[in-house]
Amino acid sequence: MSVTKSEVRPGVYYDSVVLMQLQRKLAALPGVEDAGVVMATPANLELLADSNLLEAAGKAARPEDLLIVVRAGSEADASGALAQVDELLKQRSSGGANQAFRPRSLAAGVKNLPAAEWVLISVPGRYAAKVAHEALDSGKHVFLYSDNVELEDEIALKQRGAELGLLVMGPDCGTAIINGVGLGFANRVRRGPIGLVGASGTGLQAVTVGIHNYGGGVSQAIGTGGRDLKAEVRAASMLQGLRYLAADEATQVIVLISKPPDEATAARLLSEAQTAGKPVVVCFIGFAAPAEQIGNVHFAQGLDSAARIAVGLSTGAITPPVIERRTGYLRGLFSGGTLAYEALNGLQNFLHPIYSNVAIRSSQKMADPLHSQAHTIIDLGEDVFTVGRLHPMMDNDLRLRRLKQEVEDAETGLVLLDVVLGEGSHADPAGELAAAIASHRKTRSDIEFVALVVGTDEDPQNTDEQIQKLEAAGARIFRETTMAVDYIAARLAATPSATGKALQPFSEPLAAINVGVESFFDSLKAQGADAVQVDWRPPAGGNEALASILEKMKGR
Amino acid sequence: MIDIAKANQTAVSRMMEARPILKGVTPAKDVIPGMKPNLLLHAGPPIEWARMSGPLRGAVIGALIFEGLAKTEQEAVALVEKGEIDFAPCHHHDTVGPMAGVTSSSMMVYIIENETHGNKAYSNLNEGYGKVLRYGAFSEEVIAKLRWMNESMGPLLAKAIEASGGIDIRALLSESLHMGDEGHNRNKAGSIIYTAKLAPWIAKVVADNEVESEVLKALGDNALSVLNPVMAACKAMSASAHGIEGSTMVTTMARNGTDFGMRVSGLGEQWFTAPAEVPDGLYFPSFTSKDANPDIGDSTITETAGIGAFAMAAAPAIVTFVSGTPQDALNATLEMYEITIAEHSHFTIPQLEFRGTPTGIDIRKVVELGITPRVNTGIAHREAGVGQVGAGLVRPPMKIFEDALVAYAERYKL
Repeated sequence: MSVTKSEVRPGVYYDSVVLMQLQRKLAALPGVEDAGVVMATPANLELLADSNLLEAAGKAARPEDLLIVVRAGSEADASGALAQVDELLKQRSSGGANQAFRPRSLAAGVKNLPAAEWVLISVPGRYAAKVAHEALDSGKHVFLYSDNVELEDEIALKQRGAELGLLVMGPDCGTAIINGVGLGFANRVRRGPIGLVGASGTGLQAVTVGIHNYGGGVSQAIGTGGRDLKAEVRAASMLQGLRYLAADEATQVIVLISKPPDEATAARLLSEAQTAGKPVVVCFIGFAAPAEQIGNVHFAQGLDSAARIAVGLSTGAITPPVIERRTGYLRGLFSGGTLAYEALNGLQNFLHPIYSNVAIRSSQKMADPLHSQAHTIIDLGEDVFTVGRLHPMMDNDLRLRRLKQEVEDAETGLVLLDVVLGEGSHADPAGELAAAIASHRKTRSDIEFVALVVGTDEDPQNTDEQIQKLEAAGARIFRETTMAVDYIAARLAATPSATGKALQPFSEPLAAINVGVESFFDSLKAQGADAVQVDWRPPAGGNEALASILEKMKGR
Repeated sequence: MIDIAKANQTAVSRMMEARPILKGVTPAKDVIPGMKPNLLLHAGPPIEWARMSGPLRGAVIGALIFEGLAKTEQEAVALVEKGEIDFAPCHHHDTVGPMAGVTSSSMMVYIIENETHGNKAYSNLNEGYGKVLRYGAFSEEVIAKLRWMNESMGPLLAKAIEASGGIDIRALLSESLHMGDEGHNRNKAGSIIYTAKLAPWIAKVVADNEVESEVLKALGDNALSVLNPVMAACKAMSASAHGIEGSTMVTTMARNGTDFGMRVSGLGEQWFTAPAEVPDGLYFPSFTSKDANPDIGDSTITETAGIGAFAMAAAPAIVTFVSGTPQDALNATLEMYEITIAEHSHFTIPQLEFRGTPTGIDIRKVVELGITPRVNTGIAHREAGVGQVGAGLVRPPMKIFEDALVAYAERYKL
């Protein structure tokens, strides 16, 4: 036999929703068959009566009274249930953790954290470019972890990023450290004056770790994704990163890390590096570096040495002079084959395209050794020139005639001559060459003349006198090849065309929106960054037909 | 080339600029276009008798008895089955009604006039709680209450409203959202404001103190007394945004207890329908979800216009519907920002630093993100004659949004 018991609480008000919730909890108690919790209005009393829940005490309740009714299998169960009312009213929903809102769209993420400058994207590759474009649309830098993004999408994204002054790191970018906060995979390294740009995730990690272990610190570590230095992408992100670090006051030394880039891209990057106004350590694993150092550019053979060199430079960093650029092509007229070869080996990293009759790469081969094209280095001692003639070390005639030919070429901007002294050489090479230079400078004052003089103070030609003659004619003198290469590279390397807008300084503290892999969000939060997780899902739940309609509606 | 963003901006701006004023109360046949004695308006998309759910059938029976067209349930059913009665959605006649929404020709209705765009909308009077026609109850006491509303309350409200010069429902809503209402399931504050605004005019125009007392008590006791004018106001607002070429904004969401229906501004009069779902909610004593009828009523016009579940963050007192914590209420509103076009310029939420409510559902965002609109709702018993059994939360079926998107692509040749 069921027992119905009521409790009337006069003048107690609870919102009806609280009451319904209490009622549900009462009804769920063991032994309880049904329960009613209502304000005792006539309508509610009628409702209870219909449900067989109204007995004497309830009938007597007034509209402003709270009426609690329990029907249970036994007296004890009914009383037990009523005794728990206060406890149940105090209960909050299980867990009680206030789960912050998780937006589903990037747009909502942006609204929730307007301060975010960064969007981390790790959604499946086929959707990643679209999300990255959305991020750029909303004015955010992109850290694109996703792989399997089409090359043309990467090019388009980076082009737009450059136009908007936004950085696109990736696709397939595994790591970065921005303002001391690791994005994606990153080591905990101290902050300091060394800024890095890397096309290789683990390479970048290894160098930042090395810097830390050598006692140095990192200002920014910018990732670019592995394809950035491919010819098609033209190092768009590395150039942006390099320019950013060059302008960044907190950065004193820059490190560039990559697998070997293609020729033209390397030339672009190294030319740009020369204008950084601070030491740049280049570590292109497997790249045949022409020297340990050319101007402000240092070549490291491996990741560890890159870290070591960078830390060394950062402790006593001096600002290298920036040599003013000029236009026009180099014409190197050599009498010595190995000197020509060494000059080419150094300059090919900065001057592009460059041609020679002693080509190192097949692409450098001259179509016709008798006519220079673009930057050109000619060994006039080659057989094609010396058949039936004296070697140019003994006879200046060939060189003087070629010199005249170059001067008459409007594209010539700088002429490099070697002057090799010693036994067997011409008795006064500088005399004839200086006279020619002086005379040509009258008609072509825009051409710069550089002479590489190889000789000792004991040589019969009197090296000092030879140098004085050349200098008097207006030539700039170097005594060994790498110095000449340094100078010419700095002077003639194409001024990189800084297309698009420069990156603005990254704001601190770092705030980011993470779209995709949740552990990146957790890691951002653990590092104290302000972050929002977007619970991204494929558009239209992956329904291709609907997604394609949505795509057609975009931009309309 | 259609500029969807611009079309949507036009639509949502019109909806927000609309200024619905409660202008009067009068029998349906005098004002509702196309109203006639054998026509019954009902909630939701079109539906024939055979497919009507229990509560809608109950309300139809009650309305036929109220109109004197039938004396008993059997007579009413026979009349319908003979084909003597025409049915049409309220929405086809500029009208909205909560739950079953059944509106017959002699019922008193509120007249809302949108002063910005000139269109009008109508809604019946709210019956209060317990056994009521809108939940499919049709017992004698239900009919008696309807008669009292038609004969005593309605005429008095008509005079009072006329004397007041009109009540600005948009302003009332703006205020009630700051007092814990969300405008759909919770209209406590709004109903009190409504009663307070009318009381002096009722006192001024009334001839009989007894009637005044009854009417004021009916208005004051009923935390939903303002729901019907609010719904008509939302209808007037959303109707002014309908028919904008190229717009993907939803202008109607309504359920008839069997189907959930939707119309889109740029897709003409076409309804997109799918089976309505059973709300997830809290139940009155002795009822469970087994007793619940699938989702019913035109009251989703509130969510359509940017309040109701969309303004959940403003109504912490009913957070239990969304699982319990105030944070959940905030999250409910934050989620709706994802699928809407604008933040309302008049309806704001103190809890979100007075951000405007999420307004103007964009079918594109719904489909793209897989987020359907939230709806706060009452729950009717599945059988005719029983009435309300609870209240809770429901969402429309995703299919209607997908169908609408496909229809849009066809219509605009994408």
